[in-house]
Amino acid sequence: MSHKVVTTVNGRRYEHEVEPRLLLVHHLRDNLGLTGTHIGCDTTQCGACTILLDGQAVKSCNLFAVQAEGRSLTTIEGMAKDGQLHPIQQAFWDEHGLQCGYCTPGFIMAAAYLLAENPNPTEDDIRRGFEGNLCRCTGYVNIIKAVQTAARTMGGAEAKPATQAAERRA
Amino acid sequence: MAVSTLIGAKIHRREDPRLVSGRGRYVDDMQPTNVLHAAFIRSPYGHAKISRIDLTEATKAPGVEAIYTARDFEKILQGAMPVTNSFVADKKQPIGWAYIAKDETRYQGEIVAVVLARGRDEAADAASLVQVDYKPMTPVVDIDGAVAKGSPTAHSGIPDNIAWDTTVGGGDVKAAFAEADVVVKQRILQQRLFPIAMEGRALVVEYTPIENKLTMWSSTQVPHWVRLCLTLATGIPESNIRVIAPDVGGGFGSKIHIYPEEYLAAAASKLSGQAVKWVEERSENLTATHHGRAQIFDIEVAAKKDGTLLGYKVTQYVDTGAYVSVFSSFQCSAYAIAEGAYDLKNVEFRTVGVLTNTTPTDAYRGAGRPEATHAIERGIDLVARELGMDPVEIRRKNFTKKFPHTNYLGLIYDTGDYDKALTKALEIANYSELRRRQEDLRKQGKLIGIGLSTWIEVCGFGPGQGHATTFAQIAAETLGIPYDQTEVRTGDTGDTPFGYGTYGSRSLHVGGSAVLMSSRKVVDKAKKLAAHLLEAADEDVVFEGGRFYVKGSPDRAKTMGEIAFAAHRDNLPPGMEHGLEATTYYDPPDLSWPFGAHVCVVEVDPETGAVKLQRYVAVDDCGNVINPMIVEGQVHGGVVQGIGQALFEEVLYDHETGQLKTGTLREYMVPTANEIPEFVTERTVTPSITNPLGAKGIGEAGTIASSIAVINAVCDALTPLGIKHIDMPATSDRVWKLIKEAGK
Repeated sequence: MSHKVVTTVNGRRYEHEVEPRLLLVHHLRDNLGLTGTHIGCDTTQCGACTILLDGQAVKSCNLFAVQAEGRSLTTIEGMAKDGQLHPIQQAFWDEHGLQCGYCTPGFIMAAAYLLAENPNPTEDDIRRGFEGNLCRCTGYVNIIKAVQTAARTMGGAEAKPATQAAERRA
Repeated sequence: MAVSTLIGAKIHRREDPRLVSGRGRYVDDMQPTNVLHAAFIRSPYGHAKISRIDLTEATKAPGVEAIYTARDFEKILQGAMPVTNSFVADKKQPIGWAYIAKDETRYQGEIVAVVLARGRDEAADAASLVQVDYKPMTPVVDIDGAVAKGSPTAHSGIPDNIAWDTTVGGGDVKAAFAEADVVVKQRILQQRLFPIAMEGRALVVEYTPIENKLTMWSSTQVPHWVRLCLTLATGIPESNIRVIAPDVGGGFGSKIHIYPEEYLAAAASKLSGQAVKWVEERSENLTATHHGRAQIFDIEVAAKKDGTLLGYKVTQYVDTGAYVSVFSSFQCSAYAIAEGAYDLKNVEFRTVGVLTNTTPTDAYRGAGRPEATHAIERGIDLVARELGMDPVEIRRKNFTKKFPHTNYLGLIYDTGDYDKALTKALEIANYSELRRRQEDLRKQGKLIGIGLSTWIEVCGFGPGQGHATTFAQIAAETLGIPYDQTEVRTGDTGDTPFGYGTYGSRSLHVGGSAVLMSSRKVVDKAKKLAAHLLEAADEDVVFEGGRFYVKGSPDRAKTMGEIAFAAHRDNLPPGMEHGLEATTYYDPPDLSWPFGAHVCVVEVDPETGAVKLQRYVAVDDCGNVINPMIVEGQVHGGVVQGIGQALFEEVLYDHETGQLKTGTLREYMVPTANEIPEFVTERTVTPSITNPLGAKGIGEAGTIASSIAVINAVCDALTPLGIKHIDMPATSDRVWKLIKEAGK
């Protein structure tokens, strides 16, 4: 038995017939071809599949595709606009906030939600904001810097420069 | 190396724009049409006999195309999985590792059958219908159990569980111990770890009949090795096999192994005549992908009253898991640098390989070097404590100071200045102030600990490391062409010459040097051609800033681009071949030995045993640096993996069933951003003399140094309670129990 699912993903409308057990992440990857959303675990620990569902960060491996019916989704592919990287993407690049890149889309989407909720996060806010995302390459240092940089470029005026904060501590 | 603009520059990684926009290309992102999805049926037991496999129901399931068991694969796959020769072993049981189990399974996760179906979910559904009747046997799941007299054996019909038992040594250990004023002994556990690359393993493989060709996309660190092993197993000539490692989502050693799935998927494609795809799930990964560490060290250190180290004895037990794995010689490689940064010639190192009914172990980030460093750095702290010396003083007293240095086994350390790195780390950490503050806080009942580690590493015998950027920096600099006009290709056996792959922190040291040497060959040829075109003698031509000109006439110059074009035209000097390219196979004349010093400050909560990391300082020396940003990133990641081992991570098996107790990421604690302190990374620069770049590896440094820096800090914090040693992971539970014991 299949169900009709209509979603708006990155501003585009999609209509599919899906099995009720199909996970949202598989729907995005297999049916929509949006393979930037990754799968890193099977117990919702790693956050590699994080996307925005009506603006809220969710783990797309923890939802069925049918639960996205009528909703608006943003994936990593929807972040860059007009050939320009989103400031968060640019900041991950500038601050070397990624190595193998597998967890990166999830971190960027989690950061997008974090900064939408709190444009001037403290370092602790950022760390807490990422408690559902795992990275095995970077040690998180430059990911945190990247979010601080993104907060500044996106206009969060009070955000402290990352490098200055680190130097002060040193 | 001359002062340069590109080498040593903090250049943004060229691989990143793709990766941050979701346009990476990992194996699972490939969605070929007409592909069959594989699901592997795996033994749920530690040790069991297979009495029957019933495929009746599964075969009828929707979408199923084929189900294969050991008997089917015998037609395609020859022999057993290859194993690199571990160094000479006094006793070694020739235990083959079959591609697929037939009568007996020896670890949870061992493959017994393969389902091919049209869809991923259909394959999983059918797999659940395969009926395997097992007769469970008593498993052995750890070293102590496996070496105990009368213990069950990990394989039926073997006399005991010893895979190898070998001793190497140098100097006069007996005399050293006889002369000693103090001898400390300690048992040190190196708990079993999951490597956990964020991308699990994944394969797409297509066999083309008639042409007898095989193409495999694999998330691997070693595509050329995979190709070689597939040839050995299938008989398909190497020239007909192409292995491609596209974007690889982390490896940490776990993808240097050539795994059963690679052979079986290739064979299944040949048997079925269709392309086959398999993507490992995480809980599958935790049983099917090799584990790391899983060792015990019994150490004895002999010293004089003044702190001079005299002798060192080690017995290392390596839990090999159910089979001696492909690159498991890394597992005993701690012997190579047993004495660490210290000038200590009287060393005896015994290594014992122990078979158990667990997932085979193999290289994990650092592979032998974190274990060696942990043992000697723990040992030297214990000696210092016994003698009432400061851990800094005893290290300085014993550092190797003259280079090149020949170690107890005859290995030659190229260059080093260990005191410089330690001094710098201590300055940054403000060590003397830290000690004063520690004393004050101790009076208030606070448990503050300061831990040191001085590490060395041997490398040059090593995903996601930024090769595309560093290699391009080297080529662009040497060729005098814009960085943006270079392209780096790796990971495809179809368009790259044979290479060992990326592991052991070898990529820059070996691969980078080859890039440099090839670039130089290109420049040499271009210079000859430029001389011909400029009608000058070779020796009169100057190459500068990407331009060739005759001495004194810089205005009349040929660019590298013009020369490259001319190289394909007719006006060549007599005897010169067309084209402007070079291939270099670089095998460094000797290894390179990076080093460094780390300082860690912790506070232990006496009520809960919780360890809080307060400060972490890493000073590392990897010789000349091609891209400081990448080096720093490698250190960050490595340090955190080491912290994970020190405080959180531990694979546990159930003794009755041989099943994982930590079978998902819910039970296995990978550090998150919340557990990690701010840390300071710094460098000293002592160029290597064993490769033309003067570079040394850095990919494993952080991991080698950090677990022991943290543990030494925890032990230091617990000193007022009379606690001398703690094993990893120093979870609050374990620390709390030790504190309670000490209070009795």
